[in-house]
Amino acid sequence: MADTIGIELPGVELEEGEHVFTNCAIGGAVFVHVKDGKVTKVRPMVFGDDDTPAWTIEARGKKFTPPRQTSLGNYVVSMKGRIYSENRIKYPMKRVDFDPNGDRHVENRGKSGYVRISWDEAFDLLESEIKRIHATYGKASITGCTGSHADFGLLQYKMGPFGRFWNMLGYSTLSDNPDSWEGWHWGATHAWGYYWKLGISDNFDMLEEALLHTDFLLFWGVDPNTSAGGYNGQDGCRWRWWCKELGMEMVFVDPWCNYTAAVWGDKWLAPYPATDGAMAEAIAWVWITEDTYDHWFIENKCYGFEDFKAHILGQEEGGFARTPEWAETMCGVKARDIYALAREWAQKKTMLCTASIYGVSGACRQPYCTEWARLMVLLLAMRGLGADGCNTWGGASMAPPMDMSFRFFGYSDVGWDTFGIAANQQAKNTVKQKTYRILLPECVMNEKTEWIGEGFCGNSLEQQITRNVCPLPKEEGGAPIHMIYRQGGSFISTMTDTNRWTRMFHSPNLEFCVTSDVHYSSETKFYDLILPICSGFEREDICELGAPGGYGANDMGANFRVIIYMQKCIEPLWESKTDYEIYCELSKRLGFYDEFTEGCTITDWIERVYNASSMPKYMTFEEFRKKGYFVVPIPKPDFKRAVSNKWYYEDRECDVPDHNNPLKGTFRAKMMGTPTGKIEFTSTFLDEHFPDDKERPVKVNYLEPWEGFHSEFSEKYPLIMETPHMRFSYHTHYDNKAPWMDDIHAHRGMKDGYAYWPIRIHPQDAYARDIKNEDIVKVYNDRGSVLCMAYVTERVKPGVVMAYQAGAKYDPLEPGKEGSTDRGGCMNLLTPSRMVAKYAPGMVSNSSNVEIEKWED
Amino acid sequence: MGKILLVDITRCNGCYSCQLSCKDEHVTNDWSPYAKPQPNTGHFWWKTTETVIGTVPKVRVHYMHEMCQHCDNAPCIAAAKHGEVYRRDDGIVIIDPEKAYGQRHIMEACPYGAIYWNDDLNIPQKCTGCAHLLDNEGWTEPRCVQSCPTDALIYGEEADLKDRLGEFEQLHPEYGTGPRVYYKGLHNKFFVAGEIFDSVKDECLEGASVTLIDAQGKEVSTLKTDVFGDFWFERQEPGMYSLRIEMEGYPTRTLEAVDATKIDINVGSIDLAG
Repeated sequence: MADTIGIELPGVELEEGEHVFTNCAIGGAVFVHVKDGKVTKVRPMVFGDDDTPAWTIEARGKKFTPPRQTSLGNYVVSMKGRIYSENRIKYPMKRVDFDPNGDRHVENRGKSGYVRISWDEAFDLLESEIKRIHATYGKASITGCTGSHADFGLLQYKMGPFGRFWNMLGYSTLSDNPDSWEGWHWGATHAWGYYWKLGISDNFDMLEEALLHTDFLLFWGVDPNTSAGGYNGQDGCRWRWWCKELGMEMVFVDPWCNYTAAVWGDKWLAPYPATDGAMAEAIAWVWITEDTYDHWFIENKCYGFEDFKAHILGQEEGGFARTPEWAETMCGVKARDIYALAREWAQKKTMLCTASIYGVSGACRQPYCTEWARLMVLLLAMRGLGADGCNTWGGASMAPPMDMSFRFFGYSDVGWDTFGIAANQQAKNTVKQKTYRILLPECVMNEKTEWIGEGFCGNSLEQQITRNVCPLPKEEGGAPIHMIYRQGGSFISTMTDTNRWTRMFHSPNLEFCVTSDVHYSSETKFYDLILPICSGFEREDICELGAPGGYGANDMGANFRVIIYMQKCIEPLWESKTDYEIYCELSKRLGFYDEFTEGCTITDWIERVYNASSMPKYMTFEEFRKKGYFVVPIPKPDFKRAVSNKWYYEDRECDVPDHNNPLKGTFRAKMMGTPTGKIEFTSTFLDEHFPDDKERPVKVNYLEPWEGFHSEFSEKYPLIMETPHMRFSYHTHYDNKAPWMDDIHAHRGMKDGYAYWPIRIHPQDAYARDIKNEDIVKVYNDRGSVLCMAYVTERVKPGVVMAYQAGAKYDPLEPGKEGSTDRGGCMNLLTPSRMVAKYAPGMVSNSSNVEIEKWED
Repeated sequence: MGKILLVDITRCNGCYSCQLSCKDEHVTNDWSPYAKPQPNTGHFWWKTTETVIGTVPKVRVHYMHEMCQHCDNAPCIAAAKHGEVYRRDDGIVIIDPEKAYGQRHIMEACPYGAIYWNDDLNIPQKCTGCAHLLDNEGWTEPRCVQSCPTDALIYGEEADLKDRLGEFEQLHPEYGTGPRVYYKGLHNKFFVAGEIFDSVKDECLEGASVTLIDAQGKEVSTLKTDVFGDFWFERQEPGMYSLRIEMEGYPTRTLEAVDATKIDINVGSIDLAG
């Protein structure tokens, strides 16, 4: 039906029967070798003689040139194993005791087995359930979402057919929380604006800026060697090596000695989780008392500094001085080290390597992390944000020389309908009701659930203060949630306090739930209907390497801009289909097929996107489709660099090519995106809307975490657990798929044939609990328990334990039972559902109180 | 002459792409007569491992990569009596997957443990240097090298790379097998690190002079502490050391019995005022 490719394969023929195709994974652009209809290898894309030459940066007597190829996130190299994984969903499956016309046995979700059904039966069930729920409750009764980042592409990925279909049909949108950078979104926006970047500064021409001018890289709460595998592959690793070659000092602030610190760190400073803000305030105290901050910048480009100064010096009513000695009692970092760091930062041209797509996942996902993120901005301001070599550089992973005038798109450019890039008619949802991702269980189970903010508040600061309720009153088209349609991914692994989801699945309110996915993931076997989706290599699409678009537009971390025709390398395996095919069939049955497809096959849609981009200037569609990729020419020699924030420092109009900056071209073009147009030490927005809020106060203020070190839970659960993003998977999309990954001991530890999720614990803490290296341990708190393998290591400081976010495996000892001990590695069973702060509804995953004991079965 | 592989561990970020790309190239692919398919798991024709060194807060991860060393005097060739293993003109050592059927002693002959036994196929297997790519598909380097994002792996003609070998060494040269793989940054030397501070002023002491003295009393190296009062003597020969710390305004301190015979050592915080 939708996809006509299959017989006449594009791609390059090598020898008889072997073809090389192009594609793009979540962590890099690839060449895919196929022989006899099977993938034989997946490797980095290597550019040809007719592609653009590489750029060269000359700095401090050296020349830096990248190789003319892509690099891959490590897990992408396991793609072949992932595609042919035993854990693929092969056929449409129905929960065996689910009877839509009789007893649905919702209490057995997570426990019952499945029976294979035909696609016709699956479509019949979907059609009848959607129609029944619409007739009985109304359209708002269905909510749904896609998973983050399984495969890549514009049209077949996260924001493609799902949004087009459900928006046309009408459903309760599930608002995403900015799960990887909460503090920036809910906090930093009130210091420097950048709400159109969800709280994170844009990054343009930062690599050259750093190589030219910077002496000191400060990595705070980030691990780019780990997180930079996503989207763009590992090109940034080479850049950090260049920085090292130029003699730049690299200091890391992280409770655990992360994978970047462990190879390049000149100094590792380890605060307890969620106490970083105290350290930041103490740095400000040193700069103020030693008078080493940028007075001109503070006086001319900032607002509210005097109040901040009084706060830091303890001159406000009831206040106390935020000295390094005080900070030491909060965060555990020695006062003398804080002095040294503050003085070094004041003396050297410093890039604060945080705050970007690669500067996420650590300190910005903790209790009251809004204050930490605000403080990061304010410290940057005190150093003169935008002065030569002094800036914020996302994980030292962003912004090589790039021609951004070449027009192409990212997957989130048109909200929830990427087809809208090229459609005659964009899909518009008529249902007003919404659900919120971290509150989905409550939205299903409770009579009424309230929250504040629009999730991703990228259009204005005001979006952060809207009040939401689910269900909406009936007269506003509201209805209780009775059905969930999930397109891939897993909440049980990735959200917080995820036993809540077990409760939700057992709720009789949830009459029908369906998931479509490539692999069985942590929560797949809770759904009533499971639909097999083909992988990104089994269908066509188009994309730009690593380009998120939308709020992440221009966040580029690869050496080159590569536009990829994601060729269909092999036929869909088993009975898998594309999501587009599923929605085509459903739209046919529900009566809006013509509107949904506009008469287009996927190839037609790809051609439309191609036509809307700058591609036609360089090659015909047929040439592009055959070659499979295009490397955007590097900037010409007369290219004028425009470094992020430098315009602000130099009191010029914003000159970076960020088309999403709403201030550009207006009378506010010289300003930041705050109400005053300045960097705000005192937030005028918060003053207007939450003048009495103590948790995210008008004037920035470090607060001791409500969970974590020295919290009320510390006596019972004395260890503080960090669960950052993963090194050997991307969310749940690569773990538990290719068995090769389990061969990496740092990813999972084998014992008696079972691959356990590791938790890192300091030798002192292990000794006190009679735990030896590689023992199986139970990690637990009041929320749940998970069996892990203990890695006894000096990489965490005493009192801190670290386990990556979560595996893609939920393996409860008592299936289907809420609160069962899991041995698959779902660490998020233990993270709190309490949110960042009263009016900052973000999730908190890096400061959980736990206890650990040896597991003896 | 022939091909050699340089492994620069000091540039390795530990991403395991080399190990994974070896599996991608060889699992489910039959490159006979070079090699039959590698099993899905359990074989490490390229093996990456990581070791945590030092103690809080002077901690690092050291990576190691082990694979067939393509020895000039390969014990596996000697153990294979009927030409089951052979060395090519470019130096790559190949186990003939047909001829080597059932011959466990070929695997056992390797002092590096780089040969694995394939239970299903009943043959010994190891790194082929991706000879099938070099011979037939115009490749100039094996998969592992292409996949390295930090240029930690360099492959080429021995003659071309000779000038770069200065800081590189062989793994276990004492085996006398003439490996064609060279390493930089092997974990056979250790750091001696620590911090100098003043407990009265509670200050890191920058610019303190720290001298590392070996067991024979020879001054090996002297350096100044950085802003954090830190010193790192990188890559020292294994042995017992002492440290002499000098700074104006403080009595000279000596720290005896710094044991770096087997591991990297963080001597901790040394208080010059205490």
